[in-house]
Formats: sequence, structure tokens, C-alpha cells
Amino acid sequence: MLLVIGKKSRPAGFLQYTNTVTLSLSSPLDYMDIKSKRTEFFNGARDTLPLVIGAIPFGIIFGTLSGGAGLSTAGTMGMSLFVFAGSAQFIAMGLVGAGTAWPLIVLTTFVVNFRHLLYTAALLPYLKRLPPGWQAVLAFGLTDETFAVAVGRYGCSDANPYKHWYQLGSMVFMYTNWNLCTAVGLAAGRMLTSIGRWGLDFAMVAAFIGMIIPYLKNRPTYFAVLVSGAAALLLHGLPHKLGLILATIAGIAAGIAADTLASRKTDAGKAKEI
Amino acid sequence: MDTFFLITGMALVTFLIRYSLLPLSGRITFSQGTTRALGYVPPTVLTAIIVPAALLPDGHTLQFSFSNPYLVGALLTAVIGRLSKNLLVTIVGGMTAFVLWQWVLRAGWI
Repeated sequence: MLLVIGKKSRPAGFLQYTNTVTLSLSSPLDYMDIKSKRTEFFNGARDTLPLVIGAIPFGIIFGTLSGGAGLSTAGTMGMSLFVFAGSAQFIAMGLVGAGTAWPLIVLTTFVVNFRHLLYTAALLPYLKRLPPGWQAVLAFGLTDETFAVAVGRYGCSDANPYKHWYQLGSMVFMYTNWNLCTAVGLAAGRMLTSIGRWGLDFAMVAAFIGMIIPYLKNRPTYFAVLVSGAAALLLHGLPHKLGLILATIAGIAAGIAADTLASRKTDAGKAKEI
Repeated sequence: MDTFFLITGMALVTFLIRYSLLPLSGRITFSQGTTRALGYVPPTVLTAIIVPAALLPDGHTLQFSFSNPYLVGALLTAVIGRLSKNLLVTIVGGMTAFVLWQWVLRAGWI
């Protein structure tokens, strides 16, 4: 449902996938299992490529700008290694630069990343049968990008029991790339002080727009996004990124209100017909 | 030391959000209203992050004009995304448009 944008690259991948299954039917069972897992893993990585490319400048800038914001090298690298949440890391870096106390930054992280609860909720039917270790690993790497890619694979009607390997492939690719880019940014640090002029700091905006578009399928969502954007602009002056929280709440409320109104109208229309 | 607390806190909070529903999976069900509300979360959060980034590039002055490459870049990215329906094309195309517009501005054509 999410992946209108990624659709063009999909058919080839799934065709290939079907072939693998047909071909390996004659192979011994273990071999088929390994091969299927591997195929899932690499397909997951391959389908994540566009988002990995989008994350490259984003990660490099994070590494580059963090020093100026007052984060140590270990702190910058540690954030990419252990937190692994692009937009939250950027916002945290900005708040560190503004001298915000750490508990407030942690609270902001909670708000900014709360959307990931929805991702887990959406993947619950597929993840609940996995052992706790798998669940923990996949949860750690459940970024916007990997969710967007994995939800498409889980939604496929084939009964392959190794679809979680696809998600693993996606997250390993994102994670490796994110940490390499942070390291490159740290190393490049002083060389790239005029990074703003290169336009690399626009990468996050471009990537997020690319991720928002597939959601814009009906009027309530358009309305929700418009209200959220306008509110974010109006409330921008509030301290500690409070504007972000309030804008999101306003957007959700607007979407639900529009949705309710729309369904009432349809109901009224139906009633008249009868 | 603050950095240690900051990163530990951020890592815990992020992981718990992504993980917490999994052990409870057998016992919880979302009401229809909650599911509907959660569905609006990703696009509204992402929008709330990028709109100020595009319209207040320096962090405090509203720049609603063609001389703001972030705004022009964002609009062009949206158009490219709508037309191409391909994420890679959207991101690369959007960034190219942004860089080109900066050149146009710097060359003084606008």
C-alpha cells in the first residue's frame, strides 16, 4: 500500500524470486532453504538501494556538522551505531548545538520516533511468530526506509516462510551505509565546511518528500499533511521542538475530522438513494 | 558524561518504541480509531519536519520566494515525485534541481 513509488523496480525482483523457488524444488531441502534465505536477503538489500542512495548525503552531513554542534567523535559515531534514526539524530544534533539538556533531547527523540510504533503495529502479524532474538534485531533496524520496503514484501501473497530475511537484508544495507557515511562525514569534517552550498543538506527534505508522496492517496491525508505543515510553520518558535509534536497532533486531528466528514457525506448520499 | 546519557537515552527510547509491541502481540488489539489515527502519523511527522526546513532555511526568517532554493527545490521534488512515482528518481532529481537552482540564483539570472 505504501510503495507506489518503488513499484517500478519490483516486478523484476519478484519474477526472479518466483524462478528461484521453481528451480530449487528439485534440490535437497536444506539447500533450498539456504538459497531462499539468501535470495530474500539480497532482494531486500537491492530494493532498498534508492533509499540508501538518498541516505548517503544525509549521513555524510550528519558526520560533518556534528562537530560544529558540539558532539564528540565518539558521540557522533555512537549515535549512528546505537540509535540509528536519521531524522531524530539530526534534530538531536541541532538541540545539542542549542545547548539543550539531554533529558529534553531524549524526550524529543521519543516524540520524533513515535511514528515507528505504527510500523511495528503494521508488521505485527508477520513478526509475532519469530523468536525474540529476531524480533529484537528487526525492531532495532525498523527505520522509515526499511519499513517502507519490507511492508511491500510481507504483503506479497506467496507463502515463503523467510520473508523476514528480506527485511534483514534491507536493514543491514541501511545500517552499514548509515554508519559508513557518518564515518566519512566525520573524516571529511573540516574539508567540507561549506557543505550547505553543495546542497547536501537538502537531501533530507528530498528523501522525506519522496516518502510522503505514496501516502497522499485521498483528501483526508492531503488535508492532514497541509494542516501539519502549516502548524509546524506557525509553531516553529516554540522551544524544544514542541511545535513538531503539536503540528503532528493537529495534522492527525485534521485527517480524522476530514475522514469522518467524508464518510458522513457518503452515508447521507446512500440514505437518499434508498 | 552527558553525551553518554544522551546516547543511551536516545537508543533506549528508540528501541523501545520499535520493539515494545512485539512481546505484547498476543494480548493487544488496536481499536479502529487508534489504527486510523496511527495511519496519519508518518506523513504528518515527516511534513512537520520538512516544512520549516524548506521555508525557514536559516532557522527563523520566513523565506517565501523564488530566491529560497530550499522552497523551490522542495516544490520541484514534489512535482518529480508525482510524475515519476519512483523514489530514486525523486531523490536524485530533487537534489539536482536544488543544486541547479542555487547556480541560477548565484549567476544572477533571477
